[in-house]
Amino acid sequence: MNLVEGLLTQIQGLSSTASDVLSLQNVLKQADESLHAESTRLLPFLDQLDPSKHSLGYLYFLEACTAGPVTTESASSFVLVIARFISSCVAEQIRLAPDKFISVCKRFKDQVLLLEEPLRGVAPMLTAVRKLQSSTEHLTTLHPEFLLLCLLAKCYKTGLSILEEDIFEVDQPRDLYLYCYYGGMICIGQKCFRKALELLHNVVTAPMSTINAIAVEAYKKYILVSLIHHGQLSTSLPKYASGVAQRNLKSLCLSYIELANSYNNGKIADLETYVQANMEKFGSDNNLGLVKQVVSSIYKRNIQRLTQTYLTLSLQDIANTVQLNSPKEAEMHVLQMIQDGEIYATINQKDGMVRFLEDPELYKTCEMIEHIDLSIQRLMTLSKKLTVMDELISCDPLYLGKAGRERQRFDFDDFDSVPQRFNI
Amino acid sequence: MDGEDGAPKSLMEEMYANGIEGVDDAPSSSTSTTIRKNRPIISGEQLDIEAYAALYSGRTKIMRLIFLADHCDNSGMQLEALRMAYDELKKGENTQLFREVVQKIDGRLGPNYSTDATWCAMVDRKANQRKDKLESELNAYRTNLIKESIRMGYNDFGDFYYAHGALGDAFKSYVRTRDYCTTSKHIIQMCLSAILVSIEMGQFAHVTSYVSKAEQTPEALDPPSIAKLRCAAGLAHLEAKKYKLAARKFLEVGPELGNSYSEVIAPQDVATYGGLCALASFDRTELKNKVIDNINFRNFLELVPEVRELINDFYSSHYASCLEYLGNLKSNLMLDIHIHDHVETLYDQIRSKALIQYTHPFVSVDMRMMADAFKTSVAGLEKELESLITDNQIQARIDSHNKILYARHADQRNATFQRVLQTGNEFDWDVRAMLLRANLLKHEYNLRASRKI
Repeated sequence: MNLVEGLLTQIQGLSSTASDVLSLQNVLKQADESLHAESTRLLPFLDQLDPSKHSLGYLYFLEACTAGPVTTESASSFVLVIARFISSCVAEQIRLAPDKFISVCKRFKDQVLLLEEPLRGVAPMLTAVRKLQSSTEHLTTLHPEFLLLCLLAKCYKTGLSILEEDIFEVDQPRDLYLYCYYGGMICIGQKCFRKALELLHNVVTAPMSTINAIAVEAYKKYILVSLIHHGQLSTSLPKYASGVAQRNLKSLCLSYIELANSYNNGKIADLETYVQANMEKFGSDNNLGLVKQVVSSIYKRNIQRLTQTYLTLSLQDIANTVQLNSPKEAEMHVLQMIQDGEIYATINQKDGMVRFLEDPELYKTCEMIEHIDLSIQRLMTLSKKLTVMDELISCDPLYLGKAGRERQRFDFDDFDSVPQRFNI
Repeated sequence: MDGEDGAPKSLMEEMYANGIEGVDDAPSSSTSTTIRKNRPIISGEQLDIEAYAALYSGRTKIMRLIFLADHCDNSGMQLEALRMAYDELKKGENTQLFREVVQKIDGRLGPNYSTDATWCAMVDRKANQRKDKLESELNAYRTNLIKESIRMGYNDFGDFYYAHGALGDAFKSYVRTRDYCTTSKHIIQMCLSAILVSIEMGQFAHVTSYVSKAEQTPEALDPPSIAKLRCAAGLAHLEAKKYKLAARKFLEVGPELGNSYSEVIAPQDVATYGGLCALASFDRTELKNKVIDNINFRNFLELVPEVRELINDFYSSHYASCLEYLGNLKSNLMLDIHIHDHVETLYDQIRSKALIQYTHPFVSVDMRMMADAFKTSVAGLEKELESLITDNQIQARIDSHNKILYARHADQRNATFQRVLQTGNEFDWDVRAMLLRANLLKHEYNLRASRKI
């Protein structure tokens, strides 16, 4: 007990200036083990600390409290405590002990899930993420946890706000895989298929030394989203995908590749029979909803192809070409597509005719010019970033050492003049 | 106003109607009875087998007659062809083919045309004797090491095997003479023999290689041989479905060919194959320069006036009559051994070209008039046009309500803007993904490096 009280006074005393905080951190590190030993009795002491001033100390205490297994009774009380802590803690102090913070938040997530109220955890986790990351381009371990809570709570919009930011720095590859996978699922839920495709593509082509389950699941979803968004699937992974992925992914997702082949043949009846036959398999992967969307997208694809050849076409003809059952169904499909902005057309109900129009965008308006201007600026910043990174790497001693050693393996032109023996 | 409309209207009608009145140019029905020798053999009517067979000699005559018999529906024609084949075979020494033909006849032609076992046995015996004689002679020559005699020996062997239908051995023997050829004339002779056997065997890869070999010694080639080589090359390209190259080769064949290559091909065939392939694969300028204005080829076309007419019709946009000639010729072309499996493809290509050429000068086309010009229904025409538009061979769009085809030229400005924005997006995506991957790699590398330490 004395130890604990001593620590308390120290925390209260040393939490004011930055240098004090650093010395406090050393003290706390040494006392960590003893804290853990007393974990069950620490809870009442927390009231004596103020999370906004004594964040680091509070964190250590909290981490020790929650280190044990989670039970339902303790869960609800802890959830309140942790949520309050997260919202009021100070970011700089937290960043001194990131792993403690991460483990506390993970515990928080477990408790919220145990109580089956993921919605309670969404907002606090968002604040936690913001406080932990050093910049908006930094991916922390908490990002995937946050996205998982969003998914389970079905509040996709909050998840989307995080996904809008570009990520360039990653702590752990596993975080990235999970982040992109969950992010992809959120985007699918919000029907932003382009962004979903981007995120899933990142998982599938990320450098990895062994195949992992996240990549396999991501690849399955990637195939389906690619069919919905683009209407086709490129059969081979790009060259920069890791060798492991290129060799193994296809064989692990065979039924999905079969689905893609059947889609490309364009026969709706075949596609539907194939889907029926493999219903349980798709269901066990939780991809049934996506598969259904794939089937409906094939109608859209066929109608879009018609806009390239016809100026006007009767609804009956559309129904026949696209293998729908009646002109009424064709009208419904066309109407839906016009509303979604996927085609430009007008329906003449009197004659039962559809008139396909050209894309009315003339690229002459002020908004378009602004859009182009912004895009150019964004790309220029991105290029600068790329050049900076290139320079950094070319000065990196590890890179230079390896390039110098491997020089004879590559063409002379591939490497800028790096001497063969380069030792630092 | 009305008076003025009279004259231009009929002109326009003629333009749109596209040769419907051209139907009056009757195919050579009236002329076929006159001169038999060099009149249309491949014409719109039923094939005159005797005249057809008279064009060829040697093994190809028999093979063509057998092919005819296998593929025509008319039993009268079938029996006629088989009878002629039988007679021809009796003059030769090929007992294997003889037995086949007798089987096909199946006794339908009476007792004169049944298995003549004595004749077969006699021919076989003579063959064995000749073979032994040739072998001993060849061995003698080989020990004497006289190049010319060895070459003649192998040549005789080749001829012997060819006459008896052992084509593979014939080919090998001819090829063996290569080592003993001393003059370029010998080489030419060897090449021509090898080409002949290869064509009979159906191995057109050899044909191409031997043609190029023969063409490497131009000084020894006399005009008939050059013509022969070009025909052979054309046939090889035709089999390989390279219609443009085949057309070019056939069009280069000079009139010196005459009847000198009757063991392989007749001048009528040169005209037909060349004309059809050219029509299916050449564009308009090439068609005019190489076919219509080609004086040499004109002589060939005179032999098959229907082909000449249909090429002219195509060039002057009388599509209805052109397609009608094609339809008439089809049944006879299906009976020809070289072109029968290419007829469908060539016809499709010619029809597509006709459709494309028809729509090319117009901004809008009334599909009903077009359907009349092409002798098809509007619905069928719509389907054909749809497939051509999807293949991007016609730039147009169909107004299905009013049945009009509108030419459509892509808006370059909009297309450029779209492409630019898309490229920007792709660049954005690629670079961001790349930076992310670079970061991951660096992380992994650092991890590994730190582990080593």
